[in-house]
Amino acid sequence: MMRTFVGMAVALTVMALVLAISIPVFAAASLNGAGATFPEPIYAVWMYKYNQLTGVRVDYQGIGSSGGIRQIKARTVDFGGSDAPMKGPELREAGLIQFPMVIGGVVPIYNVQGIEAGQLKLTPEVLAGVFSGEINYWDDEAITSLNPGFALPNEPITVVHRAEGSGTTWMFTNYLDKVSSSWHEKIGTGKIVSWPVGVGAKGNPGVANYVQRVNGSIGYVEYAYAVQNNLPHVSLKNRAGMYVQPGPASFQAAAGGADWANADGYYLVLTDQPGDDSWPIVGATFILIYADQDDAGKAEEMLKFFDWCYEHGGEMAIEKDYVPIPKSVADMVRQTWADDVRAGGAVVWE
Amino acid sequence: MTDSTAEKLSVPPGAPRDQSRPDALFKWLTAACSLVVIVIMAGILFELVRNSGMAFREFGFSFLTTDSWNPILSDFGAASSVYGTLVSTGIAMIIAVPLSIIIAIYFVEVAHPKVSRLIGGAVELLAAIPSIIYGMWGLFVFAALMQTHVQPFLGTHLGALPLFQGPPMGIGMLTAGLILALMVLPFITAVTRDVLMMVPPVLKESAYGVGSTMWETVRFVSLKYGRRGIVGAVFLGFGRALGETMAVTFVIGNSHRISASLFSAGNTIASSLANEFNEASEPIYLSSLFALALVLFGITLAFQTMAHHWVARMQRLEGGDR
Repeated sequence: MMRTFVGMAVALTVMALVLAISIPVFAAASLNGAGATFPEPIYAVWMYKYNQLTGVRVDYQGIGSSGGIRQIKARTVDFGGSDAPMKGPELREAGLIQFPMVIGGVVPIYNVQGIEAGQLKLTPEVLAGVFSGEINYWDDEAITSLNPGFALPNEPITVVHRAEGSGTTWMFTNYLDKVSSSWHEKIGTGKIVSWPVGVGAKGNPGVANYVQRVNGSIGYVEYAYAVQNNLPHVSLKNRAGMYVQPGPASFQAAAGGADWANADGYYLVLTDQPGDDSWPIVGATFILIYADQDDAGKAEEMLKFFDWCYEHGGEMAIEKDYVPIPKSVADMVRQTWADDVRAGGAVVWE
Repeated sequence: MTDSTAEKLSVPPGAPRDQSRPDALFKWLTAACSLVVIVIMAGILFELVRNSGMAFREFGFSFLTTDSWNPILSDFGAASSVYGTLVSTGIAMIIAVPLSIIIAIYFVEVAHPKVSRLIGGAVELLAAIPSIIYGMWGLFVFAALMQTHVQPFLGTHLGALPLFQGPPMGIGMLTAGLILALMVLPFITAVTRDVLMMVPPVLKESAYGVGSTMWETVRFVSLKYGRRGIVGAVFLGFGRALGETMAVTFVIGNSHRISASLFSAGNTIASSLANEFNEASEPIYLSSLFALALVLFGITLAFQTMAHHWVARMQRLEGGDR
């Protein structure tokens, strides 16, 4: 009896060892990334398509922007994703290179009976007032005066925000910070902030879900999530004083004037851009990689994938309601790869 | 195999085989396995203390008393999470404990054995449902029910109390407490039922024999005999409610605020960890989350110790009559 038990234990141990050794070898053949959930829908499409065409497997885990930065700094992934760009000096200190991958918009969504998508008009000040808890009821003078002709209910407003650190929150609070001085003083910009009111939901899907379920709620999500869940979005007054609807056209308008060439480490925030047609809460999502790569072959595989995304990913991005990075910017990024990415001192991208 | 075993066993009685070696091996093997538990426990505690050191050095004792949770200003306090953990668990226990004991009494004393088996199976099934399912059901079905029916009802009839004021959102502290009650109910019921079944029939028969009613028999014989076991059952449920994560995260509303109203959103230690751990990039933020975990560890340990003492005290008072 004892002997059989020992024999079994030995056999199990050997099996476990074999598995433990074989798994990392298998995983090394693919590329791993982690970070922002904001671009996850489009990354998933690109990675699937690229795998079909080339057989190279790229995996991306949407764990949030803060998580993406933490994982790449710990070198547990090959690339990180973040919606909140890192500043030039911070990048150099960490030995990282950052470049924009795709552009998208954040839209406020709401659940008020009788008011259809795009019908609710809000100014930046009122939006900040609602999310900071200064405006508590849907029939508050500040909202009704912007929306004559609609019978807004005497219902309390339930603010829905993200429960975890998020690049979407960063873009949204960055915008409110720019347009409202009281927001700037009391709350500020961050991937996670100290919300004075509301409930927290996890991820873009979580916020969409809560807004759908709670009467009288208002939240903010990446545009694709509003479209997928068929949630009504607000019409927002932009810097030029025009009320605009979110969508690829107004995102494109906001991204068009961006001056990437003079942005250190591509640090550029596209909120509150000028232009009559510009949607005010637009931002690029970024990829982070090490300037000094360990494995030349792997580094080349990775840059080839990003190159393919710039070259052939535009159509797919538009289908998913994102705005592709302009060709001129993609060329700038390629130049950055050639100038700055090295593996053991050798150039990786030519 | 059989032959050789038979051969070994047929050692003549005058020459006993040497059994000390296999026994020693067995002793060491079992000891080593139990040691693993202690090592893991110590390892977890060590890591929690080590990683939370920075937060405790920075905020000191006020970490436990302030309810500020501001990642931008790097200002953290555990009060709102501790409050939410205790309140949601409290709601769960207030509802689940009496209900479970009544159900268990029904199973053992009142119901026909066939009915008892049938409903007993259903209760056990309830215990086997993964907590994420409770969370999904809680958000999609139960929260909607709370919003349209339960909360407006409470607001109209008990709205004078600060507990039931505020907009009915469906999600919030009360919903989380009710979901927790549902989750711990099967555990407390199952253990209480087993405890009550162990009451010797002769005791109950004598009670009926001297003319007790069913209620008197339950009250003065079964519950009295089994009360230590029932306290154990309650603490089992309590421990589960205290650390429950997924289901609570779905319905509690995840907000770091202390509010008198049970309708408003709150959070628990476990839900804060689940939401924010992946995302915490600043060292002090991460350390504060570790400190939260340590606080939860401390709360669990404190209640566990209390339960032990209480059971021991009851044993002393009863004069060890079991």
